[in-house]
Amino acid sequence: MAEETTKRLAIIASHGTMDAAYPPFILATAGAAMEMEVAIFFTFFGLEILKKGKIDKLKVAPIANPAMPVPIPNIVGMLPGMTAAATAMMNSWMKKAKVAKLSELLEMSKELGVRLIACQMTMDVMGVKREDLIDGLEIGGAATFLEFASRNAITLTF
Amino acid sequence: MDITPNQTLDASGLACPMPIIKTKKAIDALQVGEILKMISTDPGSVSDITAWTGKTGHELLGHEEAEGKHVFYIKKTK
Repeated sequence: MAEETTKRLAIIASHGTMDAAYPPFILATAGAAMEMEVAIFFTFFGLEILKKGKIDKLKVAPIANPAMPVPIPNIVGMLPGMTAAATAMMNSWMKKAKVAKLSELLEMSKELGVRLIACQMTMDVMGVKREDLIDGLEIGGAATFLEFASRNAITLTF
Repeated sequence: MDITPNQTLDASGLACPMPIIKTKKAIDALQVGEILKMISTDPGSVSDITAWTGKTGHELLGHEEAEGKHVFYIKKTK
């Protein structure tokens, strides 16, 4: 190819819900498959994705979410059990569409060499210890991510 | 299509992004010049495989569709 194209993909994952965790991993693995260098920076609630045993248990919030395929009014969404119900519904749809589980996409990310960076500052704020998080991560701060992103990367935020 | 593949990858039933990830892995395992036949039921594969070959530089020799299955022939170029 004569055309010069960007080779790096720098992603920020800042939410800890199931629906917010998918796009970073789908784009990261796809980017790696397209021979891009990829890093995901997990910050704030995005750190939840990296906690041991958590990734396949992330939830979907029906409250303040008018885009649910079956719309759930906020006044119903706030009732106990509604988050679990919305999550179960979403999980069954994902399974039916044969979408890979988040844990599978995580393993694929590692296998394809995606850098997974956990935000040190957020860990301190939320009292998350290194041993609370899965293996195969880097721990770093804003500069770690920006150093990677500053060299001609596409940057996406979720 | 009159192409003899060296390897066949059946990615039927898999959703985005797995077809291109499996394709990448299958191409990695081939020698330069060899051809992969990839089968997918994901309609997004048509656009994605074109994009993937465009980005990576591997050659999409052909694409055919029959009974909801997309078949791609990809030549490893590097």
